[in-house]
Amino acid sequence: MAQTAEKPVMLSEAVREKIRAYIPRYPSKRAVTLPALHIVHEHLRCVPFKAMEEIAEILEITPAEVHDTMSFYGFFPQAPIGETRLWMCRSISCMLTGGEELLAHTCQKLGIRAGETTADGKLTVEFAECLGICDFAPAALADDGRIFGPLDEAKVDAMLGELKRGPSLPS
Amino acid sequence: MADFEPVLSRNWNVPDSHTLPVYESRGGYQSARKALTTMDPDKVVALVKESELRGRGGAGFPCGLKWSFLPKDRKETFMCINADESEPATFNNRLLMERDPHQLIEGIILGCFATKASTAYLYIRYEYINAYRILEKAVAEARAAGFLGKDILGSGFNLEIYVHRGAGAYICGEETGLIESLEGKRGWPRIKPPFPAIEGAFRKPTVVNNVETLCCVPHIVERGADWFKSIGTPKSYGPKLYCISGHVNKQVCVELPLGVTARELIEVHGGGVWKGRKAKLVVPGGISMGFLTADELDTKLDFEDIRKPGCLGLGTAAVTVMDDHTSIVDYLYNTTRFFAHESCGQCTPCREGCAWIYKTMKRIKGGGGRLVDLDIMLQLASNMGMMPGTTICGLADGASWPIRNAMAKLRPELEDYINTHQEGVRQITPLQEAIFAGQLAEPNLISISLPILNKV
Repeated sequence: MAQTAEKPVMLSEAVREKIRAYIPRYPSKRAVTLPALHIVHEHLRCVPFKAMEEIAEILEITPAEVHDTMSFYGFFPQAPIGETRLWMCRSISCMLTGGEELLAHTCQKLGIRAGETTADGKLTVEFAECLGICDFAPAALADDGRIFGPLDEAKVDAMLGELKRGPSLPS
Repeated sequence: MADFEPVLSRNWNVPDSHTLPVYESRGGYQSARKALTTMDPDKVVALVKESELRGRGGAGFPCGLKWSFLPKDRKETFMCINADESEPATFNNRLLMERDPHQLIEGIILGCFATKASTAYLYIRYEYINAYRILEKAVAEARAAGFLGKDILGSGFNLEIYVHRGAGAYICGEETGLIESLEGKRGWPRIKPPFPAIEGAFRKPTVVNNVETLCCVPHIVERGADWFKSIGTPKSYGPKLYCISGHVNKQVCVELPLGVTARELIEVHGGGVWKGRKAKLVVPGGISMGFLTADELDTKLDFEDIRKPGCLGLGTAAVTVMDDHTSIVDYLYNTTRFFAHESCGQCTPCREGCAWIYKTMKRIKGGGGRLVDLDIMLQLASNMGMMPGTTICGLADGASWPIRNAMAKLRPELEDYINTHQEGVRQITPLQEAIFAGQLAEPNLISISLPILNKV
């Protein structure tokens, strides 16, 4: 066979099944958009356009509708992020207790800007508006659920060392 | 009030308080049992109405009244639980969900029973990762024990709770924004009317309640409306979780009767202002609500009194303390940046106004402010929001309130800052900045930060 008509598939059957499992929860299939984006993001560490097309196919909506929702949130990157995603809070309580300086310190230490990933692909650092962990201010949150705070420069260094060892599995 | 007994947080320090056996051993699910087996839904609505429970999410709308707006002849009702707690400095819902998820589930059961909803969507912000995991487990536990599912406790009442995760958007805490987001669309608030009670999620009658509001309901059912009204101040009844953070010795969340003063919160519960300093500004309930100055600390933090010194409302009762070394400019810069980042972009006055005010604050902070900027900011702030009638939701009101309060209360300090911070400033764009620095400008960096920057 010189050319097959089969399109390359980005989402595995297991991922598709996970998405389909959400459909009975809602009166409309479109409501599964956000859960589907989260599932894809969890598996691929990003949501490429091809994946959005496939989500649209499963949910029987247009790819534009998926993209519309996806792009609203600024949460789903197009290219893979690091093994661990770290949010550092810059909102009022953390700002007052030194959060902005700690974000700058983190970026300087890692040699990246906020929103970028380290060269070894281990860590993506982003600023965040209030993470709701103000009792730990100035605080940071890893996307595996670990909370760090109250931070100072020494604790940031310790935190980065810990994060470089990889994500922790949920108990 | 020395004899105040905390109820919402009573299980927080019990080991394994997030598990069903511990919750049941502490008297849990008795209110659900009582309501489902001995009361009819209208009676629960009447009881909550009588207790004058006001929504804890920010607006303070009476909960029972909200429930009674549902059309009598409805066939299907949805309940949405707003756990998209994103107001800066607020974290009480997180603690309620992490430490006592079954209390919330019992509240949801009662709320759904009263409103005849058989499906509840718990919309939780993505950043509450641990709370999400705990809730998923708790819902499964409750279902296995027969508190969720079909024919709960033999009453014929059916209920399913689904936990739905957000994706980091402040605006989805607005009830119609939440509904749109739940439906899989961008979280743009809807024009009201129709209110969600008439046409909400999936075009069906819908109730949207905050986590803390629902957590109050089991206690009202258990102890009665009179008990609830014996706590707090007139028109603001019941217990409230106050979050204290910022420049205090102890950043905590405490449960107190509504109407505690800001001074008591700081001195008694927050352990005083840090480093032995004095409080300069106190934000009463999330940054949308404006602020109190040092002279106004004896204001009662309830739904009514807080308006007297010109604050927007109680909000989420998240108190942020700033010491006397804090500049009003830093505070305003932070709040305006937040709202410029979180404005959803639907209504022009808010989208453009928030960004404009932020750019102006950035210039003032950078040493290029003009006195006329203060008037421009005040004019912008006074003309965006629901109150002037120019936007769909209240985000812009919240964005404008810190500016309005600052102009009314601390304008001399702002003028002083501008007069003493005049540096050689030129206006450049991020693209120009990147070219000057010899960097390749990132296309998405430019599109998200179009504001004009100032660099010396």
